[in-house]
Order: sequence, then C-alpha cells, then structure tokens
Amino acid sequence: MKILVAAKRVPDPNATIKVRPDGTGIVTDNLKFVVNPFCEIAIEEALRIKEKQGGAEVVLVSIGDKVAQEQLRTGLAMGADRAILVLAEGNVEPIAVARAIEKLVAQENPDLVLMGKQAIDDDSNVVGQMLAEMLGWGQGTFASEIKFAGDKGSAVVTREVDGGLEDVEVKLPAIITADLRLNEPRYASLPGIMKARKKELKEIPIADLGIDQGVQVKTHKISPPPARQAGKRVETVQQLVDLLHTEAKVI
Amino acid sequence: MSNVLVFAEHQHKTFSKNALVALGAGKTLAAQSGGECHAAVLGTGIGALATELAKYGVKKVFAVEHAALEHYTADAHAQALSALAEEKGCDIVVGAASSIGKDLLPRVAVRLGAGMASDITEINGDGTMVRPTYAGNAMATISIETPRKVISVRVTAFEPAAAEGQAEVENVAAKIDEGALKIKFVGFNETKSDRPALTEAKVVVSGGRGLKNGENFKTVLEPLVDTLGAAMGASRAAVDAGFVPNDLQVGQTGKVVAPELYIAVGISGAIQHLAGMKDSKVIVAINKDEEAPIFQVSDYGLVADLFKAVPEMKEAVEKLK
Ligand SMILES: Cc1cc2nc3c(=O)[nH]c(=O)nc-3n(C[C@H](O)[C@H](O)[C@H](O)COP(=O)(O)OP(=O)(O)OC[C@H]3O[C@@H](n4cnc5c(N)ncnc54)[C@H](O)[C@@H]3O)c2cc1C
Repeated sequence: MKILVAAKRVPDPNATIKVRPDGTGIVTDNLKFVVNPFCEIAIEEALRIKEKQGGAEVVLVSIGDKVAQEQLRTGLAMGADRAILVLAEGNVEPIAVARAIEKLVAQENPDLVLMGKQAIDDDSNVVGQMLAEMLGWGQGTFASEIKFAGDKGSAVVTREVDGGLEDVEVKLPAIITADLRLNEPRYASLPGIMKARKKELKEIPIADLGIDQGVQVKTHKISPPPARQAGKRVETVQQLVDLLHTEAKVI
Repeated sequence: MSNVLVFAEHQHKTFSKNALVALGAGKTLAAQSGGECHAAVLGTGIGALATELAKYGVKKVFAVEHAALEHYTADAHAQALSALAEEKGCDIVVGAASSIGKDLLPRVAVRLGAGMASDITEINGDGTMVRPTYAGNAMATISIETPRKVISVRVTAFEPAAAEGQAEVENVAAKIDEGALKIKFVGFNETKSDRPALTEAKVVVSGGRGLKNGENFKTVLEPLVDTLGAAMGASRAAVDAGFVPNDLQVGQTGKVVAPELYIAVGISGAIQHLAGMKDSKVIVAINKDEEAPIFQVSDYGLVADLFKAVPEMKEAVEKLK
C-alpha cells in the first residue's frame, strides 16, 4: 500500500498570534513553526498502517515556502519514507493546494491519501474534501478510527460528527482526514532524525505542475478580533448566583 | 443578481438550528444580490420536512428524493446538490458549517467550479465576508471572486430565519450517477442525551481536566447542568481523557457555542478552547488557579475549588426557583 500524507507548516498552536497593524497578516517574527497538529496525526496514522501491513510506502507532501522543508524533515524523522515539497510563495488558496495534490496523486498513484481535517492557521477544513471530489474518490473526514477490510479494497472510517460517531465504508483509493483522537503522534527519535537527513526530499516549483492558480477567494485584510474585557471577581458562590440572577439576568 | 440555494440539513429527519441559520444567512445573501432564496432538502421520505421548511420565507423548497440519499453521504449529496443548483440557476450555495456542511460543501464547490468561503461570521454590505482564522485570533475579510460561490456559515453568528409565508414545494428527482459513489453509510452511534443540544442551548456548562474523571462529571457537574436546564460541554483535555464523549468538545476544532451563559469549570482557557466559546454573552469561570487565562475573558470569575463550589452553586440556583 502506498500512502500519500499532506503536511502543512503552521505556527505553533501554543504561540500567541498577533495581527500586523497594517492588516496584511499576522506577526511572524520570532514565531515558532511546526507541523500542523492534524497533519502530524495523519503522518502517525500512515506510519501505523505501514507498520501493521508491511511493504507500505509513506510519501509526504507539503505545499509552501522552502522553509517547509523543516516540517517535512520532521515527518521523515518520524518514519516517513520520502517527501515532496511543492514550492509556492505567499498565500496558497485551499483550492490550489487541492489541485497541486491532485497532480501529485496522478504521478504517485497512492492507495490512500491521509490529511489533517484542518490547518490551525487558516481553519478552512476544505482541502481533503475538495481533493476527493476532484479525483472522484470517496472520503472519510474527521476520522477517529480507520479499519481496513480483509481484502484492503475498502476502509471503514469512524467519523466524529455532530451528535455522535458515524461509520462509513469508503472504497480505496480514498481521502481520509484525521481528527484529534485518531492517535497520539510519536516523537521523532534521534536515530530517526539522523536517518531523515539522508531521505529523499524532492522540490517541485508549483508552476511546473501546470495548475490553475487564479484567485478564487481574495483576502482584503486581517483584523484582530473584538477584545473581550475581563469582568469582576466574585468571592463566594452565593454572590455569583445573585449577580447572574439580578445583574446579568441569565438565570 | 444571483439566486441562492440553501442546503437545509437534517439529521435523520429532524431539522436542527443549523438549517434555519443557513436559511437566515441565505436570505441575507439573496437580498444583497437581488436574487431569490430557495431551499433544498435531500433524502428519502422528506415530504413533511419540505413542508416545514416552506414556512420560513423562501421562494421555493426543492424536495430532492433518491434512494442513494437515504443516509447522508458526501459524494451522493454533492452530486445531487450541485446538479440542483445548476438546474435551478442558483449561483450561490449556502449551508451551515456543521459536520455535514463541512464534509459536503467543499465537494459542491469543486463540482460547480465555485470559490468557497468556509465558516463565515459576517456578511458585509459591500459583498465581502468575514471568517475567523488562527483559532479566532485573526479575522479575515474576504470576497469570493468567482461567479459561483459556495459559503458555509458559522451557526452562532447568524440569526435563524423567522417563519413567514408559505413557499411552494417542488419535488425533484435527484440526478445521481450511482456507479460513481464510493461512500457507504454503515452506522451512527448516537450520543444519547436528554439535555438540550450543545449548539442550541441558552446555558452551557463545560467541564475540563479539573474534574479529574468521568465519574466526577456525573456526580459533581451534571447536577448543576440539569438544575440550570443547560447543555454540557467539555474541553479537549476532558474528552481526550475519556471523561465525556467526543461531540461535547467545545473549541477551535470542536463545537462553537455562543449561549446566553457559559460556565467553564476546571478549564484553563487555552486559545483553542476560547475559540469555541468567547462569543458567549456572559461567561463565568470557576477555577482554583487565579492566574488561569480563562479569567481574562470571564464576566464573573470565581477562584475556588470546583468540588466545593459546584455543589454549592447547584444549591443556590435551586433556591432561586
Ligand atoms: C490542534 C489542537 C486543537 C485543539 N482543539 C481544542 C478544542 O477544540 N477545544 C479545547 O478545549 N481544547 C483544544 N485544544 C487543547 C488546548 O490547547 C488545551 O490543552 C485544552 O483546552 C486544555 O483543557 P483543560 O482546560 O480542561 O485542561 P488544563 O489546561 O489542564 O486545565 C485544567 C484547569 O483546571 C483547573 N483545576 C484543576 N483542579 C481544580 C479544582 N479542584 N477546582 C477548580 N479548578 C481546578 C486548573 O487550575 C486548570 O486551570 C487543542 C489543542 C491543539 C494542539
């Protein structure tokens, strides 16, 4: 089985995000970047499938700046076999990311594409679904468990949905997007990090893929959210309940 | 002038607030573009649902039936919904940013060659829209530049459509190429609860890692939840630890809620959690750590041991009644 895993470079989820005063984006000075946590879960899942099934190959792909090499090296250190970086500058729209991966799927012919359900920077939660439609494939989004049928012609995906958990069966090849509880990603080991340096990391300029990069969604400005003021401290439970009743009038 | 098609989602034949909010936003978009607002309900045996939908001030309700739509699956629904939008000349497709809307609408966008904006929280008069990014720490003002547009709306950010008039219901046979379907519904394991739905409740009480275990959710938190007639939510830490089911997670990557009253119990207030509740009208935090970031967004903060404060609060609320 060949598994393609998408991995995005994003700011550390624990970092404080500040909007640039000129409204063109966020302040990136001294910001630490990591593999998008959901992508990390997707990588981990691919590695577990490989370990269980044997003979599988895990290929990472990222679309972004040259510095995204760091995140691909992290994935290689976790145990992925090789990586492809589609070089693109600035903001790449989700639709363009999906189109770029569509081209790589045509080149690589994977049996499964694993991705994170959303990137924690843009929070769009669309790329996996768009890619599935482009390819005419099935999808199992927000996955918390993946089970393969005996013949591996399909997978049963447990999905975290409103009101509970849903199981769907998807024919392979398919797109599966990872939710938080699919697994707990491993840390790269020291030998893993050493080995990762020698693994193949191929770079392809996005222009070489020949995809339509026309603007679909234009970003006009980025603004800070309305600030919420801290209110009062109360000393006792009785005081709290009284204020909620008489002042806030919510109970 | 563009006509709008609202995808009115239902879960096993009941509408939730999701459908009505999508309608509300759809009507705003239609008014803005000078077009008409239609609604679509997909499934089998959906006559009654379509009639109900017709009461909410849309021009027409399309009842789209097909055996392949019996259960929600992304590929069959995407085929049927995009075919309907084309056939009825609707250039804007709108739905809720719910787990169904998120799963479905990007596929519809690709089929229609439409640009897509997800999880929008504002529709501006100039045709731009606002969507939260970076866990709500950066609000992006965007516009869709393609003639066709697909939009998912954050359910807490718009008013549900009000009942007005009685629209015509048109039955439509769905256009679905069954040979192309790759997803099969297997089963739904519903989180059973007699409490109000998390995203619709006026009061939400959420518990975090501070509750320490699932048993304490039952014995300490739930009595307060039920006294308040509230919905129960949780932080990711509480869900990951298995204290409560997954679909109670509030936050950037869980549910977004904006009730009249949100009470955070034993929750530190990580940005990912705040992203899911900071638009609540009144926020209360109960936490023993006075430095906890949750206090920075709280209207009322109580520094206390929750195991003492929560039962006391239940008693005090009961006395009000
Ligand atoms: C990609 C990603 C996505 C995420 N998505 C979400 C999300 O959607 N929702 C979400 O909630 N989190 C999310 N998180 C996790 C988030 O970063 C925090 O780890 C999480 O919210 C912490 O949960 P908590 O506040 O319950 O636990 P903690 O941070 O451990 O806080 C527990 C709190 O309980 C208090 N406490 C302990 N005992 C008592 C007591 N006896 N009485 C009173 N107070 C007590 C402590 O003082 C502390 O403040 C995400 C993280 C990542 C990386």
